[in-house]
Amino acid sequence: MKKFLFVTRHAPYGTSFGKEGLDAVLMGSAFVPVTLLFMDDGVLQLKKDQRAASLNIKDYSPTFAALNDYDVKDIYVSADCLKERGLSAQDLVIPVAVIDDDGIRDLMKKQDVILSF
Amino acid sequence: MIYSLAVYGPPYTYQASDTAFHFAEALLAKGHELHRVFFYHDGVYNGTRLSVPPQDEINIPARWSELAGKHEVDLVICVASALRRGVLNATEAERYELDSDNMGTAFNLSGLGQLIDAGIHSDRLITFGA
Repeated sequence: MKKFLFVTRHAPYGTSFGKEGLDAVLMGSAFVPVTLLFMDDGVLQLKKDQRAASLNIKDYSPTFAALNDYDVKDIYVSADCLKERGLSAQDLVIPVAVIDDDGIRDLMKKQDVILSF
Repeated sequence: MIYSLAVYGPPYTYQASDTAFHFAEALLAKGHELHRVFFYHDGVYNGTRLSVPPQDEINIPARWSELAGKHEVDLVICVASALRRGVLNATEAERYELDSDNMGTAFNLSGLGQLIDAGIHSDRLITFGA
């Protein structure tokens, strides 16, 4: 079975990459082992207390809590990208594994398919 | 080698779709197989059959159709991305009781499962426009 890594690098609002990327993750989880990595502005997708209603768009951050039900349990966040944005793991909506750049390199090496959103 | 491409970029606005096309041509010229091109996000606009560029410019959507006709490439437009952006084939236009459709017949509307399937059944899945 091929291993898929989904790398999400865009902020939650401003583009639809986050929302449509998450759709792809959920679909992927039905077929293959899925790992999720948040880096760059993608780490902002996991920020607690999002109030998207003021933008007239759907706040999809609660969906991250459902990932466990989809058997997506390997969720990683770049340590540097969190730190650069003044965030820590406590600011995020779900428990994640925070990894450094060496960890990201090792994680990517282990995958068969990497999809970026 | 078996390749598939994921195209997120719309035609004309960004180079992503153009680059994907050139990549497709190059890999076919080298004797590789192109299994599928999956159009997602704004990439679904590549599926319009109503593009009318000025005469001295390339018709990017038509060029994808020609490639598919020549090499039997599976061109898949993500149905969820396409419907919200107003890219529809005749079947969907009828289903939603709309007065017209705009998708080229060389393209197939299907779900995200086809992107995952492309990853499973290809040696390389390359993304353009992320």
